[in-house]
Amino acid sequence: MELYDLTLKEASEKLRKHEVSSLELTEAQLRRIEEVDEKVKAYLSVTADLALQQARLVDASMYGEASSGSSQLRSPLAGIPMALKDVFSTRGVRTTCGSKILENFVPIYDATVAQRLKQAGTILLGKTNMDEFAMGSSTENSSYFPTHNPWDLETVPGGSSGGSSAAVAARECFFALGSDTGGSIRQPASLCGVVGLKPTYGRVSRYGLVAFASSLDHVGPFTRTVEDCALVMNCLAGHDERDSTSINAPVPDYTKALIPDLKGIRLALPKEYFVEGMDPGVEQAVRAAVTKLEELGAEVDEVSMPHTKYALSTYYIIAPAEASANLARYDGVKYGLSDVDAQTMWESFFQTRDKGFGKEVKRRIMIGTYALSSGYYDAYYIKAQKARTMIKGDFDKVYEKFDAIICATSPTVAFKIGAKANDPLAMYLSDVLTIAANMSGVPGISVPCGFSEGLPVGLQILGPVLGEEKVLRVAYAYEQATNWHKQNPPL
Amino acid sequence: MTVATETEYEVVIGLETHIQLQTASKMFCGCSADYANAAPNSHVCPVCLGMPGVLPVINSKAIEYIIKLGLALHCEIPEYSKFDRKNYFYPDLVKGYQISQFDLPICINGWLEIEVEGRRKRIGITRIHQEEDTGKLTHTNLNGEEVTLVDYNRSGVPLMECVSEPDISTPAEARAYLTKLRQMVRWLGIGTGNMDEGALRCDANVSIMPKGSKVFGTKIEIKNMNSISAVHEALGFEIKRQEEELQAGAVLKQQTRGWDEEKRVTVFQRLKEGSSDYRYFPEPDLPPLQLQADYLAQIRTSLPELPEARRDRFIQEYDLSLYEAELLTGSRATADWFEESLGEEKTPQRARATANWILNELFAHLKEKGAELDEAKIQPRQLASLIDLVQKGTITPKSAKEVFEEMFATGREAAEIVKEKGLPQLSDEAALATVVDKVIAESPKAVADFRAGKEASLNFLIGGVMKATRGTANKDVVTRLLREKLS
Repeated sequence: MELYDLTLKEASEKLRKHEVSSLELTEAQLRRIEEVDEKVKAYLSVTADLALQQARLVDASMYGEASSGSSQLRSPLAGIPMALKDVFSTRGVRTTCGSKILENFVPIYDATVAQRLKQAGTILLGKTNMDEFAMGSSTENSSYFPTHNPWDLETVPGGSSGGSSAAVAARECFFALGSDTGGSIRQPASLCGVVGLKPTYGRVSRYGLVAFASSLDHVGPFTRTVEDCALVMNCLAGHDERDSTSINAPVPDYTKALIPDLKGIRLALPKEYFVEGMDPGVEQAVRAAVTKLEELGAEVDEVSMPHTKYALSTYYIIAPAEASANLARYDGVKYGLSDVDAQTMWESFFQTRDKGFGKEVKRRIMIGTYALSSGYYDAYYIKAQKARTMIKGDFDKVYEKFDAIICATSPTVAFKIGAKANDPLAMYLSDVLTIAANMSGVPGISVPCGFSEGLPVGLQILGPVLGEEKVLRVAYAYEQATNWHKQNPPL
Repeated sequence: MTVATETEYEVVIGLETHIQLQTASKMFCGCSADYANAAPNSHVCPVCLGMPGVLPVINSKAIEYIIKLGLALHCEIPEYSKFDRKNYFYPDLVKGYQISQFDLPICINGWLEIEVEGRRKRIGITRIHQEEDTGKLTHTNLNGEEVTLVDYNRSGVPLMECVSEPDISTPAEARAYLTKLRQMVRWLGIGTGNMDEGALRCDANVSIMPKGSKVFGTKIEIKNMNSISAVHEALGFEIKRQEEELQAGAVLKQQTRGWDEEKRVTVFQRLKEGSSDYRYFPEPDLPPLQLQADYLAQIRTSLPELPEARRDRFIQEYDLSLYEAELLTGSRATADWFEESLGEEKTPQRARATANWILNELFAHLKEKGAELDEAKIQPRQLASLIDLVQKGTITPKSAKEVFEEMFATGREAAEIVKEKGLPQLSDEAALATVVDKVIAESPKAVADFRAGKEASLNFLIGGVMKATRGTANKDVVTRLLREKLS
């Protein structure tokens, strides 16, 4: 067994027992990246020198006499190499958002989560690939290159955080962060056979997460196990004064929620989540998982969430509307790509944005601009907000009686690269099961629950607002009773 | 032959006023809001530069300030208010949208009272909303190349927009409205209101229609006026221009015009076809504002006595004229200065004397020096002690002016100056009698005239005594002595 095969928890314990150094872990990960990333293409940039330097510093602090007992030593994440989706602002480290418009953009500040991870003593290995500005479900919309699913290099890893999910699946890092606006953590986690959590809206700070759709954007981790997920969440969660939408509530120790049985837990199985066009293999795996959850003591009942069918269309009004404003700042005046050959100011704006943005981003800016235009605003944006309230209402009603909702994360397993690239609507359907949780802001996790056609299937567990502990408990119990998470892709 | 009768027009004016708030930090970040006194792009951070990933955090001081103005202008402050994004592209707008307020502003439905030619009138305030300022563009020639430089120090400085109802009917009313509004901003201590620095900016919407018409004329917007008198003059010009156009049979088109300070005319800038589509939508990065009743009550309690209330109190309590009271409440500093120099002596007589000193002497001296009240060396308590000296008869009013002169120049105490100049008033009868005898001896003609019944000659003799004593003699005593000695 190689060092990179360890889980975060195992690596952390070895570090603590001085059986391995952070430098050794980092070097092992960097070698692994060198070995497999040519095939997987998970990373947009690898910060090897910085990583080695950071690892030496952490080692000095962990072994050195002078700083023993420092806060870095206390975090179980200290010395652990990890990756960030290239959507997080990292001071001094290029941040592209998968876009040409930010090709050479080096931020001057750290995102709150990047800062928290730095303070905990983690080692940044690099920035991972993504659909441009997190718009997409396959990572094919990256302006640089597509990422390949480690389980089958001809298929997509999902998206938009496909670089992070592939990096964790290919064991090119011990954990990674992603962002989830309509399913961008859970869907790629499902397609790559790893654990991905989208926390409650406001539980993890968005400061420094480059905005796609502010009211729907979430930050969360990708890990190989549920326990690792809880460990990372302990570091990420918490109030941030710089994010006015962040929740000021005490942060529990999420590892305490990891109980391997489900006695007294009530789970809702919404019938609307078994959608038309779902892979039979996916449905089979999810039904089997339901049986397993019942065996573990959970009560499972079918419920109806009647407004689910409006989630996708509602999302494709609200998200592009917010995006059209969020992406207006890329005008070539202050940073990023700038068309300096233009003759006039307006020409420069137009050329910069025309050259800098890809097709899907332009499509969404246009949809959003249209939806917000006077004369259409009420028919689209206002109506979508009303629908959003009703979708939220569905969730509230279910949680009156149930602890969590269970369903598939993605209706299909990983599809072939290029298969949906020219069919935006088919691509949008990839998120049909994940989007409602972004509308309602509730936490959701995807855990591996089997294989269909040799590719991973994910089970989605959605909890009530601030119900991360419930979600983690169900996921943990299920994971401990199965072996899916122990499978590694054949690289 | 028929003579065309000139149509009489009715004027409709509405003002939109942007007012910068004088908070220590910017609207949505911790940067210093003091943009004017800093090197370009030195008061900036990721937030006010609109870097990818940043989020706004509301400056609660700015909210407090706008509520203060709202309360002072009799506005309703709804419990629920929110921020919206106003979308448009411009190089001085870092995010490509301005955080502003669209349909639920913080203050609505207020009014401000103005007085023009003795007539009081209420001008309605439609709304006051909170937003952020933009950066500043400078077009210049750099190494032979025409360039535009951007300074983002001003980006994110808190700004209020106060929109009036179209209740204003003359340029003079517009001037009175702006003067009052600026007075209020300064009175509350929430902004400088300095138009020349851009801390207060006013756009005017003006239309004219035949008197008695029910249909409004074409609305024309005027921009680029950087003083209250410019607003007055531009409106006057524009009304005349529109009248002439209409008289000539022209049809006015909705447009934006700019005030040309040099040529003193409004110049066509662009046509306004329909309203611009700013695609407003609720700012998702900021939760809606919930303004609780006790929070509003707290702000209401913290409000100082407002100009009108104070003016009316001055009239009632001190028996001052409306004119005097208006002048003394022109700014909070003046009113404070006045009441501070009154001290505990709140008699109407004392108040009148104090008002006279401030309105005549102090203001004249300040004006001559081009100085503001807070720059005056003389302090309110010092003026009070000068007035004391006059009222006790220690010095004459004439000497007092000389002493004031010195106090204004140096800030020294009145008693000290009086002593140094040898100015105490001569009330000592024995000493005065000697002078009186001497003047009588030197003016036989005047003495004879007086004895012959020419009362006016007494004034000549009094003048002689005053001259001999360099104005320090107590006039009452001198008069009595002269009458005694000549009878």
